Amino acid sequence: MPALSPTMEEGTLAKWHVKVGDKISSGDVIAEIETDKATMEVEAVDEGEIAELLVAEGTEEVKVNAIIARLKGDGAPASKPADAPAQPVPEVSADPNPQPASRAEAKGDPARTSAPAAAAPASSLKDPDLPEGVNLVKVTVRDALRDGMAEEMRRDPDVFLMGEEVAQYQGAYKVSRGLLDEFGPKRVIDTPITEHGFAGIGVGAAMAGLKPIVEFMTFNFAMQAIDHIINSAAKTLYMSGGQIKCSIVFRGPNGAAARVGAQHSQDYGAWYAHVPGLKVLAPYDSADAKGLMKAAIRDPNPVVFLEHEMLYGQEFDVPEGVDWVVPIGKAKIRRVGSDVTLVAYSRMVGFCLQAAEKLAEEGIEAEVVDLRTLRPMDIGTVIESIKKTNRVVTVEEGWGPMGVGAEISAKAVELAFDYLDAPPARVHQEDVPLPYAANLELLSMPSVERIVAAAKAVTYR
Amino acid sequence: MARGQTGTSGRRKANGSEAAPKTAAPSATKEELLEYYREMLLIRRFEERAGQLYGMGLIGGFCHLYIGQEAIAVGCQAAKRPGDQMITGYRDHGHMLVCGMDPKEVMAELTGRSGGSSRGKGGSMHMFSTEAAFYGGHGIVGAQVSLGTGLALANAYRGDGKVAFAYYGDGAANQGQVYESFNMAQVWKLPVIYCIENNEYAMGTAIDRSSSETKLYKRGISFNIPGEEVDGMDVLAVKAAAERACEHCRAGKGPYILELKTYRYRGHSMSDPAKYRTREEVDEVRKTRDPIDHCEDLLEKNGWADEAALKAIDAEVKRIVAEAAEFARTSPEPDPSELYTDVYTEA
Repeated sequence: MPALSPTMEEGTLAKWHVKVGDKISSGDVIAEIETDKATMEVEAVDEGEIAELLVAEGTEEVKVNAIIARLKGDGAPASKPADAPAQPVPEVSADPNPQPASRAEAKGDPARTSAPAAAAPASSLKDPDLPEGVNLVKVTVRDALRDGMAEEMRRDPDVFLMGEEVAQYQGAYKVSRGLLDEFGPKRVIDTPITEHGFAGIGVGAAMAGLKPIVEFMTFNFAMQAIDHIINSAAKTLYMSGGQIKCSIVFRGPNGAAARVGAQHSQDYGAWYAHVPGLKVLAPYDSADAKGLMKAAIRDPNPVVFLEHEMLYGQEFDVPEGVDWVVPIGKAKIRRVGSDVTLVAYSRMVGFCLQAAEKLAEEGIEAEVVDLRTLRPMDIGTVIESIKKTNRVVTVEEGWGPMGVGAEISAKAVELAFDYLDAPPARVHQEDVPLPYAANLELLSMPSVERIVAAAKAVTYR
Repeated sequence: MARGQTGTSGRRKANGSEAAPKTAAPSATKEELLEYYREMLLIRRFEERAGQLYGMGLIGGFCHLYIGQEAIAVGCQAAKRPGDQMITGYRDHGHMLVCGMDPKEVMAELTGRSGGSSRGKGGSMHMFSTEAAFYGGHGIVGAQVSLGTGLALANAYRGDGKVAFAYYGDGAANQGQVYESFNMAQVWKLPVIYCIENNEYAMGTAIDRSSSETKLYKRGISFNIPGEEVDGMDVLAVKAAAERACEHCRAGKGPYILELKTYRYRGHSMSDPAKYRTREEVDEVRKTRDPIDHCEDLLEKNGWADEAALKAIDAEVKRIVAEAAEFARTSPEPDPSELYTDVYTEA
């Protein structure tokens, strides 16, 4: 009795198309089987003569794997009975989908549950030491990103950039300014406005061993391509048993700009950080923008690199003349404090630093943790800070439900429950599509004032 | 040859009844034709056995058999050069067998065992071999078309003269990303052959119910991509067309479309009773257009193989398949420690 679907356990043998003595060959219909879903014809796989029909027409509840007929055997290994599982075939098979023994064992695997507190030390990775006498120069986030890409393109001929307006137009947000002149059209490729297609082409090129940087004009448009980012880029290494690698960077501005409405204003941090197989970066300042961009390009895995339009024009220090590569998976303490931990990424780090100044005026010393990497998240650094301050506020541009703050709150409770003097608090975009009207937009977005209010709430001030 | 062959309007008469006559004089040597015969037979016997193992509960989930379409994978393979890449959807077993993957590891992947090509972590729809330049094995309808175009981008980038074969069915032919890929492939003159395996049914939907233009080789017209209709049941016609397509690609002229008219004998997947077509329709194709029977005729007519020789090939193929099935049944399940491997790579 064949299983006709993954879930079929039994069926009705509705009709025999053959009788004892009939000669059958591969492909002949020998019987009809009915299940609650469908009626199917059973085709013979082997050749031979029917010796015996073991189940009468019309019999219901015939278990999958039950023997329904026998061929007059020439004893060839192709005949059905000889082909059954190692043990002699039972007349009625109990379970068409036997549970693998390994599954029960896997349940006991501690890795299946979230790691216990002891298993979450702060990442031991560290930013590179600056050589003595190195110059720090002011660079915009925009140019730092470009410099990071350019340095890696000089270093590795397999690295190339593709996306809308990246070449002749010099980048919709001018991030790729100058790259076409230096590297030419083979390595700086203007694409048509077809995110789904060019993301897939980028992933295919990466599977073939190149190291594409795929720019999305904004991450809002990457939703057209998210199938390739997740199903093709993130999962293929696993599905291929480690054979097919995909070293690719998907990058572009993420989050809300200003007054561009709901479809162009969204933080995808939580979306991508949800997916095993991806690494997700969201830097704040120029040094991290450059250093993480270089790390992302060198990484042999698919990396989602979330930039922020509102940061592009801001200037920060960047070390000059060194191969500045910031490790993926390492958070950074942006401000040291003792009373409350503020955790954020990307533009919200700046909001937190401003909030910390205001809080300091009121005698509250906030510690600001810049996640920098959302996956793999350096939760150890966050937990160590919470153990010191006993209070945590998460800040993100994305929506609250199932968000980055929700994840950090869960980790805080799992890993630092005994240290918390207040429930974790979350600041995030209001649970609505981002409105256009200036006043409503302000009401919807996280603000310095809201961060201050949340910090006061968890410190009971 | 099939070039310029007229299309078939008689789909209900089991498409192809109007198709051009089968290749008369074989454009292959005796040894080549015998090899094509052996490969097609291997696919068929392998798939029959896969269907059997599925029925026994040894193969789970989805399982899409290639029976009926064997001449396409074999004919295209015959036109390939070493290093040319191949990528397809989830009806992928046949392609893997012809590109040199070990039938044992293909079958063991179907049963989800550690000896499988993905060590049991991919399954029927997700198999790969970097060694054989086989890039899967993809479960999202149409995704392999963009990915295959990306393989071709890598070939153009490196200037290595390789060609990428991207296979997809008449169902995937309506996906938007196919046309996004056509456009970029032609703008950038990428060496990719779009091999449309038109088996007339996208799962249960007949092509004339889903497609405003059913002559799929014409789908490249507005992108200036040449296309031709090919009898996908004739291994030599497929080979000849694929050779023309390769020549076009290697000359730097960009992509090429082959619409390979074929037919699948089985349901879309194992759980498909195929009630959307008649038994007579299937039987008619099996009787009149079967790619293996056709090859057998050619061999016999040319005096290149008698019944005994063909039987010997059949016995050899059956032995290979039996060994593969035995291996797939006895190879252990993956170790639980494999659960967390291959999520990320270090190098």
